[in-house]
This record gives sequence, structure tokens and C-alpha cells, in this order.
Amino acid sequence: MKFVQNIFDQTRPLVEKDGKRNLLYPLHNALETMAFVPDHTSHSGAHVRDAIDLKRTMVTVIFAMVPALLFGMWNIGRLHFGAFGEESSLLDNVIFGALKMLPLITVTYAAGLGVEIYFSWKRNHPVNEGFLVSGLLIPMIMPVDIPLWMVAVSTIFAVLIGKEVFGGTGMNLLNPALTARAFAFFAYPTWMSGDKVWINTTSADGGQLVDGYSGATALGDLATTVGQGMGNPATETVMAQFGPEGTYSLMNAFLGLIPGSIGETSAALILLGGLFLIFKGVGSWRIMLSFFIGGFVMAAIFSAFAVNEFMGLNPLHQLMLGGFMFGMVFMATDPVSASQTATGKLIYGFLAGFFGIMIRVFNPAYPEGIMLAILFMNVMAPLIDHYVVEANVKRRAKRLANA
Amino acid sequence: MSQTFKIRKGHDIKLVGGAPKTDLGRITASTYAVTPSDFPGITPKLVVKAGTQVKAGDTLFFDKDRPEVKICSPVSGEVAEVKRGAKRKILAVLILADTECSYADHGAFSFSGATRDAAAAHFASTGVGAFITSRPYGVAAGMSEKPRAIFINGIQSGPLAGDLAYQLEGKEKSIATAVKALKLMTEGTVYVSHDSDKAPIEALQSLDATHITFSGKHPKGLVGTQIAQTAPLNKGEIVWTVNAIDLPTIGAAFESGEYRPEYRIALAGSKTMNAGYATALQGVSLTQFLSANVNTDNSRVIAGDVLTGTKIEKDGFLSFGQTQLTAIPEGNQTEFFGWVLPGFGKFSTNRAFWSWLFPNREYDLDTNMHGEERAFVVTGEYEKFIPMDIFPQQLLRAILIKDIEKMEQLGIYEVVPEDFALAEVACTSKLPLQQIVRDGLNELRKEMM
Repeated sequence: MKFVQNIFDQTRPLVEKDGKRNLLYPLHNALETMAFVPDHTSHSGAHVRDAIDLKRTMVTVIFAMVPALLFGMWNIGRLHFGAFGEESSLLDNVIFGALKMLPLITVTYAAGLGVEIYFSWKRNHPVNEGFLVSGLLIPMIMPVDIPLWMVAVSTIFAVLIGKEVFGGTGMNLLNPALTARAFAFFAYPTWMSGDKVWINTTSADGGQLVDGYSGATALGDLATTVGQGMGNPATETVMAQFGPEGTYSLMNAFLGLIPGSIGETSAALILLGGLFLIFKGVGSWRIMLSFFIGGFVMAAIFSAFAVNEFMGLNPLHQLMLGGFMFGMVFMATDPVSASQTATGKLIYGFLAGFFGIMIRVFNPAYPEGIMLAILFMNVMAPLIDHYVVEANVKRRAKRLANA
Repeated sequence: MSQTFKIRKGHDIKLVGGAPKTDLGRITASTYAVTPSDFPGITPKLVVKAGTQVKAGDTLFFDKDRPEVKICSPVSGEVAEVKRGAKRKILAVLILADTECSYADHGAFSFSGATRDAAAAHFASTGVGAFITSRPYGVAAGMSEKPRAIFINGIQSGPLAGDLAYQLEGKEKSIATAVKALKLMTEGTVYVSHDSDKAPIEALQSLDATHITFSGKHPKGLVGTQIAQTAPLNKGEIVWTVNAIDLPTIGAAFESGEYRPEYRIALAGSKTMNAGYATALQGVSLTQFLSANVNTDNSRVIAGDVLTGTKIEKDGFLSFGQTQLTAIPEGNQTEFFGWVLPGFGKFSTNRAFWSWLFPNREYDLDTNMHGEERAFVVTGEYEKFIPMDIFPQQLLRAILIKDIEKMEQLGIYEVVPEDFALAEVACTSKLPLQQIVRDGLNELRKEMM
């Protein structure tokens, strides 16, 4: 690996303090420390250190996302060819999906890292690894047909306003990936909701969409039942899709064979990633579990007091739809924006899941209630922690009084 | 009846190169050094200068703010040099030892009808008071303090720690004397801690004191853990802590009035050529001993263990209060894509590396940081290594912003830097936790004095 080291050594003078390309120093440093774990030795405190660093933590999260990402790519192709009634092989689907997905990923990384590198240079600190994960999360929660420039603008907004203004990785209040999605959702609503964006229907050879094609998502369809009451014949065709044989059946929703944001559809593979994260000790089981319970409790309450078909949906089915699972495993668990105390994590997760389902069902204009609920709980997390820590402070004060 | 506490939070770092019970002889040298930086919380005021003749037990310097805290010479001889650094800070007092050691006679202590004041005066004049650490702050104890309790730590559970029973062998009598003296110093309880995972140490078991027993993982051997489990320290309270290994020195000073800081020290670590135990006086020059027993090629010698010890040079001296020497390789090499590889052979306290499959493996760890420093990102990590009712990360943040009130509320009085050592090892962001805590304690002490 000597030649790789040589490349870094030779280019270093160019980017160092007096070099011509000083602005690129953080990039140089990031790439070098990525290629080689640095030779730094301990100077104060403990003399030996754990092999783990933030790069390892972040790459573990990326590994956990890969199954859902690959599935998402395949699903893009499957839905695209399906819309035209064309036969397609597994490979066709994956290639088509990859061609849609790779530009999204590239643009996100380029936009986000550009901002990160500028701030690293400005503040004279190394590039943080946080964006390695955010940069992959953002494309996974976008609809397939969103224009690339919108992704770029959303990403820049998220990194700048969601993170850097607070001081960078570790200081941010909001989850940057969700900030990007929220920005896109409110800035470009026509590209982020409805029934045009979830399945790519541009055809190179002038193919015709099959009869009865609908580009809507499960939640979009469910939203149409609101205000119609339970058992209304008008909602029958919609609800039939949620039956065991329907497009949005529980099994299809669990496996992810439904339209939706690119990486969000497959509950099964997301759960697999979640279990991997818990097993590796990188993701918080407290948040994931309490998030699930919170969502389930809300869905069960709705189901018990249903006044429309949306509320009446089987609670488990409810949780398999939309961004719930993805939010639970990859969004709510962001250690920086979540609660930091063990007890706080349980409360935070529960409320995020609870509010997520509540927003989704009560306000059908926001089918992505999960995103808003997590962002809301991000803001509330310091408050939760405050009370948890305050309990410890009180306990200590009481001990002092009794001493 | 002794109480038993099981320590579940923590981690035993298993390293290769444990010290077998082989005798490496006696470390002799003509130079000795006493280093003020070994005594946290002391502003040294010298009473000797180059050329002064001293006996073992004569004061070399004392604390400017508390003159009764005296640091004495471990040998007799001539003060060769007072080494100074920037702003004339005293780095070390070097003593050229006589061939035949003569002792300053502070007189044997008479226990019949002895008062606290008499004992305090004896602690101060013989210099053995310096072996008592005072909490909060973790500094050398002032004799006018009124400790709520005294904790005698009879557990050595750090990485490659020496076998305390072996190190204390044959010193039963002076150990008992030391505890008798310590009991005069407090109206509260004198605790002695025991490790129930090891064979009981008779000399400590038989002591007239309150016995507490610990089992489980390190940091059971940190006195901070033991205090937190028994009766956590409150604001305004003071407890004293003494390492059991220092009891014979204290006892001897009360029996004969002489200062004899002699120890059986452990030499361990993967970079040793001969691991084992050697007899040595505090402050002795280690140059010859290290060159004979340690492979000094690209290695680091630590006085103490790898968690809390201080790095010493190859021509260094045995630091005050340290009875273990650890030699490990320096980790000054890069590793190609080390953060992506499965890491079957990497030491880690969490399962992000596949080495978790082999929990009992002994590692040959080097001093590499395995990554760059970052901001706090991962949460819930430190708690796994600190068996106390505190929120470590919140406390560290309070220290970093110098919020004294918040530090107090979050329990800074209950901790000293060593309590954060394991968390520092595990820290994903590679932050200097022990230094942060030390800075916080200094800040607090400055405010309070």
C-alpha cells in the first residue's frame, strides 16, 4: 500500500497551510484517514484505546442500510416495468434501479460533502463522518422521480441549516437527513407527494401504461377514505387493495413490494438492518423498541375507535406502511438528535412512534407523519433529557440533605 | 459481616505479558528523583537546593498552601540538581544516594493515649501523609481535614495488575500498625476492600476495620467505585483513600519513625524481556533495570497500568505511588482501511468488530489511537464502564463549559480522573476524558479555595 501512501504524501504540500489548494485540505485529510487509520498515539490519559472510531460506527450503519438500498433499486425497476406491463428479469430491474439511484446518491454526497468540507476548512477541523450516513439516507427517503437539483438544494439546506449552524456533527438539534426531506416536502410538494413521483413512468420506447395503473402509495390511497365513514361502499375498491390478495396486502407491505420512497418500502430488510445495528451495539434497541410500541399503541387505539377505514387498519399493517420502519431503525436512532439518556431514549422513541401514526392518520395531507414526528421529538429530546438528568440531580441533593 | 458488591459495569482488559512470580532482584541505582507532578494538587515549595545533604525522610518540598503536606526523600544523599522547566516550574529533585542509607529519626509513635493531633503531626513529619489521597479532587490529603471515612483499597484489578498478596508478603505487622494510625485520623468508618475473585489476603482480612468485598469486573479495584457502592460522597464531605500497598510504608513510619518507601513492584507487558517482580525504593532510577528487562525498541514504558499510568522515559525514575511498570509497543504505524475490515483480531469493548467472538483472548495492545478525535456523537457509551449513579457525558459537558454549579449537581465530587479511564479507552470520539475531569476538578478547587 506504499504507492497509495505516496500519493497522499506527494499531494500534501499542495493542500497544507501555505499550499495553493488549502481549501481542499479537509478532503485530503478525510481521504487519507479513510485509506489509512492514522499513526497517532495516545498522549494523555489511557495508553491503549478501543479499535472503534466514528468511521467504524458509521460504516456499520451503512452496512445495515445496504439490504434495503439494494431492494429499493430492484423495486424501482420492478415497478417501472410493471407499470408498462413489461416482463423484466431481476437483473433488468436492478440495473434500471441503479441507473436511477446512483445519480441521486452522487448528487447528495457531492452537495453535502461540499458544504462539510468548506466548513471544515473554515473551522479548521477534520471532516466528520456523520455525513457518510446522512448522504445515503437522503436518497433513500426520496421519491424516485425527484429532480436532482431539488435533492442537491435540500441536502445543502439540511447540512447548512440543520447541522453546520449549530456547530457541525455532534451539535445538531435535528436529524440532517430528515431535515433534507422536510425541506423538499414543503418546498417542492408536487414532487414529494401525490401519485406521479413514486414510480418512474418515462418510457424510452413510447410504451403505454397498463390499464388501471395507479402511481399512488398505500398511504395516499388510505387518505382518500378519510371522511367517508366505516364500511362505506365508496371505499371498497381502495380497501380491497389492503386485503390478503390486494396490492398493499400485509405481506406485500412487509416485504416491500409496494410503491414508496426508494429505501423505505421493505419492512423486512429494514428490520434486518435494525437487528444488525442492535446486535453490533451501534443502534439503540431502546429507541427502536419503544418507537415500535409507541406506534403500535397509537394504531391500536385508532383501530379500536375507528371512524374511517384509515383508522380501522390493522395496527401491524399500519406500521408496515410508509416511513415508519425506516424512521424507527435509521432516523430516530441518530445518537446526536435523539435523547441521550437511557430513560430518555425510551420516552423519546415511544412518543416519536406514537405521534408519527397520529399525524399520519389525523392529517392525511401529511402521509409522512413519521418524518414530522421524529423531527418534533428531535426538538423535544433535550427537554426529555433535562428531566431525566434533573431526577439524578434531585436524588443527589436529597442524599446530601439526609447526610 | 462484610458486605459484597458485584460490579457488572466495566471491562477487564486482558493483555499479554502478565508478571509471573519470579524475582528480578533489587533495583539499585545511584540517582533518585522525586517529581512534584506525581502529587496532584500540590504547589511545591522547596526546602533543599543543589548540594544539600539529606537523610531518608527529610523533607524535600512541601505544599505552599498546606505546609503540613510534606514530600520526603526516599534515600539519604546529596541533592544533585533541581530540574526546572518553563516559568521555573520544578520538574524533579534529583538526589545522589549514599552507598549506605541513613534515616532521619522522627521517633516511634506511642499509641497509648494517642490523640488525633499527635497522629496527624506524625503523618506530616514522616512524610507518609502524602500516601493519603483526599476526595473530592483526588489530591494529597491535608492533615487538618476531617474525613467522613477512610477507604483502604485492597483490590488491584487494572490491566496486568500485580498480585497484591505477593506484594504485601511478610509485611503483616506494619500493615496493622498503619490501620491503627489511620483509625486515629477519623471519627467515621475505616473501610478495607477485598477482591472476592482472588484468594483472600490474610494481612488485610485480619484488620480491625469495616470490611467490604467486591467481585466482577474492573473498575472494582478503583476506590471511586468502592465509595460509590458503599456510600457516595456528598458535597462538603471529605473521604480519604489509601492503597493497601502503601500501608507497610505508613506502618513502618509509625513503628520506627523512619521513612522506608520500599515496594515489591511488578514488571509486566508484552514488551518485557523478563516479566516478574523486583524490589525497589520509590524514585529509583530505572535506566539499568529497564535496559536489562525491557525491549526498548519502539516501546512505551508506563509507571502504573495502561489505563491511568504515566509514560516514563527509558532513563526515567520510579514514580511516587506506582508499584507497577508496564511495557507495551508504541502504535505509531498506519493501518490500511483498518476501520472497514472485519477486525477479528482487534480489541474492542463493543461488537462492531468481530473479535467479540473471542471474549477471553489476551491482546498485545499498542498505543495507537485507532482514529481521530471527534465531537461527542455516540451516547450511552460511558455509562457502561462507570458503575456510579452519574451521567458521565452530561458531567463532561458541564466541565467543558466550566459550569461549576452544573458540575456539582451532576456529581463531580464523586469522581476523580481514573474513574473515567475505561470510558476513555472505549470512547468512539477519542476524547481525553481523564484530562477533562482533571481540569474540571482543578477549576472547582480553585473556586472553592
